[in-house]
Amino acid sequence: MASAVELYLPGSGGRPAPLQPGFVREVERHAGRLVSRCYQCKKCTSGCPVGPRLDYQCHEVIRLVQLGAKEAVLGSRAIWLCASCKTCRERCPNDVDPAQVMDTLKILAVAAGAPLGRKRVKAFQKAFLSTVAAMGRSHEFGSIALYLAANPSAGIENLGLGLKMLARGKLKLLPDGIRGKRDVKAIFRRAAQRAARLAAEVKAGSGADAKAAPKMDLRTGDGTRAEGKGESGR
Amino acid sequence: MTVTARSRPGYLYYPGCSLHSTATEYNESTQVLLGALGFTYEQVEDWNCCGATPAHATSDFLTLALPLRNLINAEKQVESWRVRAGDGDGASGAPAPGPGDGSGPPERVDVLVPCAACYNSFRLAERTVRDGGPQAEELNREMKEITGRAFGGSVGTRHPLDLLGSRDMLARVRSLVRKPLNGLKVACYYGCLLVRPSRIVSFEPDPEHPMAMDNFMAALGAEPVRWSYKTDCCGQSMSIAERELVTELTNRITRAAAAAGAQAIVTACPLCMMNLDSRQVPAEPGQPLLPVFFFTELAAVALGVGKPKAWFKRHLIDVGPALGVLEARESARTARTA
Repeated sequence: MASAVELYLPGSGGRPAPLQPGFVREVERHAGRLVSRCYQCKKCTSGCPVGPRLDYQCHEVIRLVQLGAKEAVLGSRAIWLCASCKTCRERCPNDVDPAQVMDTLKILAVAAGAPLGRKRVKAFQKAFLSTVAAMGRSHEFGSIALYLAANPSAGIENLGLGLKMLARGKLKLLPDGIRGKRDVKAIFRRAAQRAARLAAEVKAGSGADAKAAPKMDLRTGDGTRAEGKGESGR
Repeated sequence: MTVTARSRPGYLYYPGCSLHSTATEYNESTQVLLGALGFTYEQVEDWNCCGATPAHATSDFLTLALPLRNLINAEKQVESWRVRAGDGDGASGAPAPGPGDGSGPPERVDVLVPCAACYNSFRLAERTVRDGGPQAEELNREMKEITGRAFGGSVGTRHPLDLLGSRDMLARVRSLVRKPLNGLKVACYYGCLLVRPSRIVSFEPDPEHPMAMDNFMAALGAEPVRWSYKTDCCGQSMSIAERELVTELTNRITRAAAAAGAQAIVTACPLCMMNLDSRQVPAEPGQPLLPVFFFTELAAVALGVGKPKAWFKRHLIDVGPALGVLEARESARTARTA
């Protein structure tokens, strides 16, 4: 679909960014939030603690979603450097919840199989969750070991701290296991099935469902509605 | 059959993974404090990890299902208390400590969750199911398939700080203080997860300017400073993957605390503790670092309970200078009275 807007992003070599107008609906459906309500007041960006390190500021990410700059957003560093402090959510006058949108964009970026803007953040999250999936509880020592196996260069900068923590008994060498591992494994299995379905859907061309109305309650103001979203990715 | 309030605990307790590894001192000091204040509790059986940030960044389902399994376990446990007490429907026994006369529906029992990150994800999962709607029902139906039970909403989630904020409780704390923290200036640091999203997690009248920890520290005799970084983010779980970023965020907070005159920072979150304690660097070469305490550790010092010395050995930054302030005060007082 041709777009009336032409968007030139930094580093694009003077070519307009590809735009996918249905993208905002796709994000809204998965996030359970009305991203299109954003009117760029920038309260999110003003309060964002990681702003100086982002390639796109918080309000810019939201605007790029509205414009359909899917590629730029899913490949951005910003979505991975968001620390989920939720200051933006707290102050947003439109209940957009940028922190939730950032999570949704991370999930969509992984589903799309696009190159990630900050691989090591994802790598640590994966390492952490793999210990939970295996034992039912997270295991810091195990997650750090798994993370370092995938990112050996991070070992040197964290070695000193690791040794200090071991010396103070802050890192348990052996993980805690629980009896209900089967429950936890079943939870992870269902999460993986959902992720696979989402990846298939995203790869099949998200344009297909772009016209679908967002499956959410459009009431405004009470702010509690979207809390009720379960797995919104289906 | 009559049961007394004593025959079953007032609360459930969920430590979470950090309190079993990097922050065992928070686990021990919280339990010591709860005991000293007369709260009774039982640990949630066979608890699992709440999933923390990696879960919510990965899957909407994971971030709700992991804490829900714990809430379901908690609910099962409370039912077993009722069966044990012989009041199968929970309607005839004396209620757990708290308001209510034991009639009507079973008393809601709360799970105490000291880790701010676990607390946050429990509250979100609990709220999601309570709010209802087709997606929440679907989620709960799946939980039943996985665990054999759905979450019925008869247990809730509370943070220990929330228990300590009432006027009565603060008066009780004041009456139990044996070694007041007089002269110690503390910056109470709440971070993100205890206050945001406020509609779901906060127990503060003003979540942008929380006071529960300040009021509690004041009841122990300490002097909370006024400062502007109470609810700024320390960078939480990115400590390993984004060390530079976390160092920057952490030191912005610790320097603001020092500038406000604080001699120590007090926290209620094991992730904040980890970052403030491990990623702090001197503002200028040779300048001392600010010691960081869990609020429960300082409470134990003031109440003269537990084994604070053993806990402090686990801190990376020496807490000696902050405790030295207290000792200097103490010896000055003894010298005066002698």
